[in-house]
Amino acid sequence: MRTDTADLERPASAPAFQQLGLGRKIKNHTATVLFGLAFLVAVVPLLWVLFTLVQRGLAPMLNADWWNHSFYGLLPNDSGGGIYHALVGTLEQTFVCALIAVPLGVTVGIFLIEYGRNSKLARTTTFMVDILSGLPSIVAGLFIYALWITTFGFDRSGFAVSLSLVLLMLPVVVRVTETMLTIVPDELREASYALGVPKWKTIVKVVLPTSFSGIITGIILGLARVMGETAPLLILVGYSRAINYNLFDGPMASLSLTVYTARKTSTEAGEYRMWGAALTLVLLIMLINLLATLLSKLFAVKTR
Amino acid sequence: MTESTNSEWRSAPPGEAVTPPGEAGSTLVGGPEEPVSPEPPTPPEQPGGKKKVVRLGDRLFQGVATGSGIFVVSIIAAIGLFLLVRAIPALHANEANFLLSGQWRTGDPENMAFGIVDLAWITVASSLVALIIAMPVAGGIALFLTQYAPKVLARPFAYVVDLLAAVPSVIYGLWGALVLAPVLKPVALWINGTLGWIPIFADGNVPANSGSNVFTAGIVLAVMILPIITGVAREVFERTPSAQIEGALALGATKWEVVRTTVWPFGRSGFVGGAMLGLGRALGETVALTVILSYTFEGPHYSIFDAGATFASRIALGSAEFNNHLTVGAYIAAGLVLFISTFAVNALARWIESGSGKGKK
Amino acid sequence: MAKRLDINDLNLYYNKFHAVQDVTLQVHARSVTAFIGPSGCGKSTVLRALNRMHEVIPGSRVEGSVLLDGENVYAPGVDPVQVRRTIGMVFQRANPFPTMSIRDNVVAGLKLAGVKDKKRLEEVTERSLRGANLWEEVKDRLNKPGGGLSGGQQQRLCIARAIAVQPDVLLMDEPCSALDPISTLAIEDLIAELKKDYTIVIVTHNMQQAARVSDQTAFFNLPEVGQPGQLVEIGETGKIFSNPSQKATEGYISGRFG
Ligand SMILES: Nc1ncnc2c1ncn2[C@@H]1O[C@H](COP(=O)(O)OP(=O)(O)OP(=O)(O)O)[C@@H](O)[C@H]1O
Ligand SMILES: [Mg+2]
Repeated sequence: MRTDTADLERPASAPAFQQLGLGRKIKNHTATVLFGLAFLVAVVPLLWVLFTLVQRGLAPMLNADWWNHSFYGLLPNDSGGGIYHALVGTLEQTFVCALIAVPLGVTVGIFLIEYGRNSKLARTTTFMVDILSGLPSIVAGLFIYALWITTFGFDRSGFAVSLSLVLLMLPVVVRVTETMLTIVPDELREASYALGVPKWKTIVKVVLPTSFSGIITGIILGLARVMGETAPLLILVGYSRAINYNLFDGPMASLSLTVYTARKTSTEAGEYRMWGAALTLVLLIMLINLLATLLSKLFAVKTR
Repeated sequence: MTESTNSEWRSAPPGEAVTPPGEAGSTLVGGPEEPVSPEPPTPPEQPGGKKKVVRLGDRLFQGVATGSGIFVVSIIAAIGLFLLVRAIPALHANEANFLLSGQWRTGDPENMAFGIVDLAWITVASSLVALIIAMPVAGGIALFLTQYAPKVLARPFAYVVDLLAAVPSVIYGLWGALVLAPVLKPVALWINGTLGWIPIFADGNVPANSGSNVFTAGIVLAVMILPIITGVAREVFERTPSAQIEGALALGATKWEVVRTTVWPFGRSGFVGGAMLGLGRALGETVALTVILSYTFEGPHYSIFDAGATFASRIALGSAEFNNHLTVGAYIAAGLVLFISTFAVNALARWIESGSGKGKK
Repeated sequence: MAKRLDINDLNLYYNKFHAVQDVTLQVHARSVTAFIGPSGCGKSTVLRALNRMHEVIPGSRVEGSVLLDGENVYAPGVDPVQVRRTIGMVFQRANPFPTMSIRDNVVAGLKLAGVKDKKRLEEVTERSLRGANLWEEVKDRLNKPGGGLSGGQQQRLCIARAIAVQPDVLLMDEPCSALDPISTLAIEDLIAELKKDYTIVIVTHNMQQAARVSDQTAFFNLPEVGQPGQLVEIGETGKIFSNPSQKATEGYISGRFG
């Protein structure tokens, strides 16, 4: 319940009402102003960051080469070059990550809501998902390094990055699936059972489609999250200034890694490319957020 | 019905085996429920011997779903286990005291000496600075969004705060190091000059005007954890029973008094839980701090104007020397400490949140 | 098609809570049996036990037997999924599948059971919608979502959905309680027609409705709060309403309590 602030603060017009003590009035106003200011304090860095990005990163993006060239062969002082190699890497790595994390996460969500409800295993799983969502990304990277590279003996590669991103995306997918499945009313499940539909089919054909819109939105937001990760990339894949389509072999660029690496080229051209890559990354993330909103509208349950 | 069989029961759809009722010894599988143990039934007639009920789909599906739950649980166990196994050889080769030493010399596997004291200091200091700044701001925002902002604006405003979480940390790092740090310089100098007699504000191991210190890092971290704390706090404040709020209003309380007497006491523990989640995030933040903090070989002066490395940024910086098991093991040992601390902080956060009794349903 | 139900010594539990005690009654084929009684006496619970929907609720338990033309629905080896395909159910609140069109809602049971034959699905759609007296109203918008219909239409859609799988018995739990009088009449007419082909059990709080549509009436009651619900008596509807043999029944029907 929220009552309109105006009602509370309107001065009583007639002396028939008790006046508020001055001290109480001042306290009330001070609190209101402070809380409003707190919100502004959050807006300032957001706008500041975005402004910085646009101010410094827009110019390289307007260069025609930006979207279809790589940094291959550029000397520190060369201008030009493009971000294509990094776009390829980012998209491939996150796509493969989603390919693994989404089915796994949705299945875990189904287990928690449809099969596990309140069982001991379900409670343990929920707890572990909570822990996983607080897992530092560098630790996820180290774990994959210890498992995939040290123990299994594979080389550093884009795929190792995908694996570490799976750990970071998984809890997002589980959570959103859980939430969306909880919203589906039991009546729909019962209607389906009463038609003689087995439980698994009820889940696949009735429950999941009903919650599809919400799940897909959450998944895409989760993708946007892992897209900007840098820490695990530093240990799991080498940076390449050339285009590499192969996730399983050789160094591979990605947007965040490009930003991080370009920082070390302390020339004007290097800085130029760094901000360009940073703005590209943020634009991509925004674009994906927008896509999530569109998809959720598109798949929303229709009544007309 | 077209597909009726010799039994009274309809045949199953294609792909699903049928069992006539009352087939002796057959067990009941499938259906959305546990088998019910019925009373000794009146023995029904035995219509021709057919295969027994196996609702394969249900069995498989339940198996896969349960298996995936077990898988998630084992991932966490595997993380702890693998990190431990890889850390132990390096810890054996370590010539310094891992817990008490401040040096980090890992390049030569024959001659390694590394300890976490300095890492721990920088990590904890920057996280605490972040928490001290972010907590009041996040609490204020959450109260503003749930109690003060007009209803139509509350959602878009909340979305704006959430956008803070969508910015990748490498970009916060750039912004912090290249844009914010120069702006903060006079502030840092002023604090250092005026309050320098307090040890925590005294000169650090780099000049106070360098900007690449815990002070800048903490402020950037504060921005990064703001949306996490705000999100949790908003959720708990929103759940304040409206009867309590109305009760306070009916007593003639001002808005501030309503907040102080009902909303805040109700949501306090949830808010603290949210702050712990934010702390967990701050402890593990990597790239932003790698970019902001400058690395120095001088030990810390235990001031917020120190520079150095956190657990996470030390690992990120060391990625270039990941070329033999022992060296990597040293970093993994640091990662293990980080994993254990974030695990503890997160578990504590969830415990506080649910212990408030107003946590998740 | 239509089949008889014999319920013997049925005891139903939710975890430790004993909800219904010792119910024994017969439901005749091709007739309408009404369950009446005060709120909480276990009518829905008994109804849901008939097609093994009771066990969907975690912790629930069933004792006793329900015989469908002599075959125990609870016998070991009986698949509850198949029981439900044979004994259909209509719920108190209309619950069409929100993601499906009207057509898909009607044939949901068949489609989900793997029937793919387009022509057959087409036939069943029309037959079931006609059977539910809904065909004329929706035949031009079969591809529109089922959620867009009025409450009464949605409830008839749910009936069409239930009869599309051609069950032998149809269970209805207060199918009209959320509907206006006109929609209620439409459903009552429908029940009168359906009973030519189906065995129907209906739970209702509306005495007039029970009197209008049912052939026999079962009165359930709670002896005391906290006690399990019981079947007080069952008999021909005319007799129950004019000349019940139990005091409690007479009291309930004449409105002295409940
Ligand atoms: N899911 C459940 N879990 C636990 N107890 C339940 C559940 N459903 C019903 N009960 C209890 O079982 C008893 C019988 O409930 P039931 O719903 O069968 O009554 P009813 O006669 O259908 O009432 P109404 O006329 O209000 O629909 C009640 O005491 C009720 O509280
Ligand atoms: Mg009921």
